Amino acid sequence: MTSQSLVYLVALPLFGSALLLLGGKRTNRWGHLFATAISASAFGVGLYQFSVMLGQPDSQRALTQKLFSWISVGTFQVDAGLMVDQLSICFVLLITGVGTLIHIYSIAYMSHDLDRRRFFAYLNFFIAAMLLLVLGDSYLNLYVGWEGVGLASYLLIGFWNQKPTYATAAKKAFVANRVGDMGLSLAIMIAFATLGTVSFAGVKEHAGQASTGALTAIGIMLLVAATGKSAQFPLQAWLGDAMAGPTPVSALIHAATMVTAGVYLITRSNFIFDAAPTAQLAVAIIGAITLLFGAVIGMAKDDIKKALAASTMSQIGYMVLGAGLGPAGYAFAIMHLLTHGFFKAGMFLGAGSVMHGMNDEVNMRRFGGLRKFMPITFATFGLGYLAIIGVPPFAGFYSKDKIIEVAFNAGGIKGITLGAAALLGAAITAFYMTRVVILTFAGNKRWDEKAHPHESPILMWAPMVLLAVGSVASGFLFTRGDALRNWLAPVVEPMPVHEAELMSPAVVSILALALVVVGVGLAIIKYFLSEVPVVAPTDVTVFTRAARRDLMQDDFNEAVFMRPGQAITRGLVKTDVAVIDGAVRAVARLARGSGNVLRTTQTGFVRSYAMWIFLGAVGLVAAIWMVTL
Amino acid sequence: MNAANYLYVSALLFTIGAIGVVVRRNAIVVFMCVELMLNASNLAFVTFARINGNLDGQVVAFFTMVVAACEVVVGLAIIVTIYRSRRSASVDDASLLKR
Repeated sequence: MTSQSLVYLVALPLFGSALLLLGGKRTNRWGHLFATAISASAFGVGLYQFSVMLGQPDSQRALTQKLFSWISVGTFQVDAGLMVDQLSICFVLLITGVGTLIHIYSIAYMSHDLDRRRFFAYLNFFIAAMLLLVLGDSYLNLYVGWEGVGLASYLLIGFWNQKPTYATAAKKAFVANRVGDMGLSLAIMIAFATLGTVSFAGVKEHAGQASTGALTAIGIMLLVAATGKSAQFPLQAWLGDAMAGPTPVSALIHAATMVTAGVYLITRSNFIFDAAPTAQLAVAIIGAITLLFGAVIGMAKDDIKKALAASTMSQIGYMVLGAGLGPAGYAFAIMHLLTHGFFKAGMFLGAGSVMHGMNDEVNMRRFGGLRKFMPITFATFGLGYLAIIGVPPFAGFYSKDKIIEVAFNAGGIKGITLGAAALLGAAITAFYMTRVVILTFAGNKRWDEKAHPHESPILMWAPMVLLAVGSVASGFLFTRGDALRNWLAPVVEPMPVHEAELMSPAVVSILALALVVVGVGLAIIKYFLSEVPVVAPTDVTVFTRAARRDLMQDDFNEAVFMRPGQAITRGLVKTDVAVIDGAVRAVARLARGSGNVLRTTQTGFVRSYAMWIFLGAVGLVAAIWMVTL
Repeated sequence: MNAANYLYVSALLFTIGAIGVVVRRNAIVVFMCVELMLNASNLAFVTFARINGNLDGQVVAFFTMVVAACEVVVGLAIIVTIYRSRRSASVDDASLLKR
């Protein structure tokens, strides 16, 4: 079915962003309200599309809109087209819904910032780019949005770029993302070379004719793209530093939406991965590695935002793992993505609220006992906490346990390994999240005299409350009658449930809950029942030290890529100067030298020129005479 | 009379003209020496026409005269102008492009 209103989803925020950026200072007074209204109206358009889709039978729910013919070269035709189907609409509602809440939150959070208008312009731009990413009907259209969110992320991480470290963090995120983007462009090129088309529908239709090798190559390249954008191993190093951006940005871009684009990409390309088991296994393995990697880092971080960032990395690891488990896992990956969007955005906003009340302090060792001073923040953060560690009946319980269960049931040694990793990750998640909550809200006051913790204004806590409601209810709603799974079925084609299951849902839930209790208990013993030093202890094991350094990810990147890269660059510069510039300079010297010699003949005397002409004529005559003789 | 004698005269005139161009400083004299060379070549053309018994050389001599007339018009004008502005007709003084 075609729809004429899809374009507004992208055009509205794009217009808002352009107006605020081009309008300049004139829009300072109402820019933030305008941007919020724009975001809310995009949410309204999304809801309208959703209602249209609900009124259609399952197979005809996908709405498309062709905007214009974009590239037309011989047989290669790409239209700039938008498409919303059961998968996209989940993202559209998440992006615009959570996006609007975060716009509202930012009005208060950024109220003292002189550049608030620019901030909102970037936020609107991000919404537009992200919507284009999920609405594009071909890989090429998706790529435009993919680059757009990368740019928005760069601009917003470096929003306070007067601090050089923040600017560097933005650059780092951009470079790491470029590596992933290269994967995406290679995937598009391979798809075009082997299948002759880059539209989702076309690739899906022709995927059966391509060789498994080609599909595996496309799949691996898409995975590279996903690791870059979604901060998965081995391109995960940028996410921690990305916390340099304002907290609403961390909540919207680096927790709820942009970093989940990789999961979207993999789920969207399910027809490729289902036909390329090797690539699919690689996806699952990357997810499992990252979920443990992020969780381990999360245990050691004292910066509340970096702890949450590590947690995001780990939770996206779960999603990627789910997406890597094939048709059985896609729906749960998306479900976890949506529930995570609620609870992690809520917790980030909670962290922002805490920072707002504590003079922008981020070190959790300087918090403590904030429960009494920020009751609403504590309550909403606590609900998000219960959701992420997977306590029933909160959202995470439904989504995460399902992924663990599907992992175990993937069969064979693969299933046991992946399932065990996911289960272990759940225990570590419980530990580090409990640690965050205890260090921030429980225990003794550890802040200094200058801080006057207070509850945030209503504009800030209202979005947190709404997100907390989502963290509580979304999991239950999504699983009631397998609602989300059936909704997504036309896109991801779930397999019929296995008969011989290794673990039944009940067993997985009990195991996971038991491990969560262990994790929570350990955290309580370590951080609640014993004194928390204000300064992080230095006599720690080598493992803690490694985790504090993000498990050496930066050291690795610097040793393997940065330094050799710099050496190559230096070598190339030297070669350039010595060989290429040298050759050019030699030619110039030759010309100048011969010019100097010849210049002496230019005496300026007419008579000497006449002499030369005469001698030349005589020489010419002599030569002719000699030849003819 | 032997036609070759005209050629000797022509060569003599040409040599005188060439030496005059190279060694004299006065622009007018240099100019006249150029004319001398042109007329020496005219003489040679005409002589060769006579020897070969056709009119080609005579025709070329006419062309040379026309060119020489034009050259005189332009060249004298330049010399006069230079003399007016610089109060000198020496070709060695007119070496401004060198500096």
